[in-house]
Amino acid sequence: MGLNSLWYCLRQTFVSLHRNCWLGVASAAMITVTLVILGTVLLIAVNAGHFMRNIESTVEINVFLDDGADVPDLRQRLNGLRGVENHTFISREQALQELKESFGEKSDLLAGFEGENNPLPDSFRVKALEAEAVPALAHQISFFPGVNKIRYGEEYVDRLVEASRWVNMIALGAVILLAAGAVFLIVTTIRLSLVAREDEVGIMKYLGASNWFVRSPFVLEGIFVGLTGALAAVTVLGGTYYCLLAELQKVDLIFFLRPVTDRETLAPLFLGLLGLGVLMGGAGSWISLRKFLRV
Amino acid sequence: MIHFFNVSKVYPNGTAAVSDINLKINRGEFVFLVGPSGAGKSTLTRLIFREQLPTSGQIFFRERNVLRLGQRELLALRRQIGVVFQDFRLLPRKTVFENVSFALEVIGRSRRVIREQVPHALAEVGLSGKEDAFPAELSGGEQQRVGVARAIVKKPQVILADEPTGNLDPDTSWELMELLERVNRDGTTVVIATHAWDIVNRMRKRVVALDNGRLIRDEAQGSYGHGA
Ligand SMILES: Nc1ncnc2c1ncn2[C@@H]1O[C@H](COP(=O)(O)OP(=O)(O)O)[C@@H](O)[C@H]1O
Ligand SMILES: [Mg+2]
Repeated sequence: MGLNSLWYCLRQTFVSLHRNCWLGVASAAMITVTLVILGTVLLIAVNAGHFMRNIESTVEINVFLDDGADVPDLRQRLNGLRGVENHTFISREQALQELKESFGEKSDLLAGFEGENNPLPDSFRVKALEAEAVPALAHQISFFPGVNKIRYGEEYVDRLVEASRWVNMIALGAVILLAAGAVFLIVTTIRLSLVAREDEVGIMKYLGASNWFVRSPFVLEGIFVGLTGALAAVTVLGGTYYCLLAELQKVDLIFFLRPVTDRETLAPLFLGLLGLGVLMGGAGSWISLRKFLRV
Repeated sequence: MIHFFNVSKVYPNGTAAVSDINLKINRGEFVFLVGPSGAGKSTLTRLIFREQLPTSGQIFFRERNVLRLGQRELLALRRQIGVVFQDFRLLPRKTVFENVSFALEVIGRSRRVIREQVPHALAEVGLSGKEDAFPAELSGGEQQRVGVARAIVKKPQVILADEPTGNLDPDTSWELMELLERVNRDGTTVVIATHAWDIVNRMRKRVVALDNGRLIRDEAQGSYGHGA
């Protein structure tokens, strides 16, 4: 198909978009809402993952020892471990002392646990040199002789993961419903412009127009609607996100939360949303044309 | 040019529209398909255009089996056939010029070709000067001449006309037939389904008569029927 056909199809697309202007706007808006919600979910997920990785890495590794573990030997092994910044031995007495301090005025509750009755084990506190290495380090240390248990705050992380999983699931359900609604609206838009041009399309087939030629103005129309909606969504999301970053910077929360700002993560996310908008528009047109165009 | 071998068509609702048709139409012929309403004339034209597929039998168009065409070849077939309808089927919001140029646009012809061929086709049907009129501003005969211009503008091998005079008065009908005869004299094969017996009798062309889906008569210089 040549340039002539392409030109004709483009003209048709804009003529019928103009004719069903409001329905087109409604469909685009629906796509915008869908993609904004989906984008928000994705941004939250990306940031939550990032945040959790930060927590995991800044926390110390608590290495609890068996009774009668060989402390000098372990110290040597920790010295020989790569990626360890420093480590401190905490005796069970020290641990109890710290616990008492954290209890403050109520420390006498722990009165019966001194000496022989102390239930706390000896431990090492290990700080990692690099953030990401914590889980791997913890894993390695767990195989040292005399090591009973390892803790590095994974419970918090697990709980966060659990919570964000629920949030994601609910939001994803909403996105699926909205996406279905958006596609339905696009199908309606295309159907209307089909009805407006039904006689024309019928005659086109008699004149020997290819399916491609008959279809493309409608598919282009859907894609255009999808792309418009997606562009609006990306603008809204991107704008809001960067405003939010600026606000966080003002209140100094940025160093605690450390939101994702790198292009390698954000660009594919936003491009993906654009692509999804186009896909929804195209799919909507395709669905509405499927029945109609049997030559 | 068009060749039917034992062609039958049974519609999904069980109606046997045409039965066991054997028919050969040569290049440059002028053929009337006649018969009472429901005889199967329209079905036969639809089979040539492959708007319908036969239930059994084979159809050839210029040595090609119409039943075995791929998507591209089907389009090529349709581009070699110009169709004229009883109800004209013009686009009301397009001018005369645009209605005719539409036939070239949908098959991807360039603007240059369009500017060249559309006035030519309009001149041939005697509508020069009416380019900017809308169909509603034309008489029935003029509208049908736009339909003919649209059919011939792509220079087809065959013109298929299904009751082209069905909505026209006798004088206009006669003029339209003369127009189609002129098109035929330039070498285009013309197939007309009609039950306008007076015209058929006057033109002394080949007549293929159908009744109840069967081919009952095929005369080189025929008339509509014995009774008429
Ligand atoms: N699309 C269709 N579906 C079912 N039956 C049809 C269809 N088109 C035509 N028929 C039937 O086939 C027979 C032949 O019709 P048609 O080819 O239109 O005859 P004609 O054009 O000679 O009047 C008639 O009985 C008609 O009712
Ligand atoms: Mg008929």
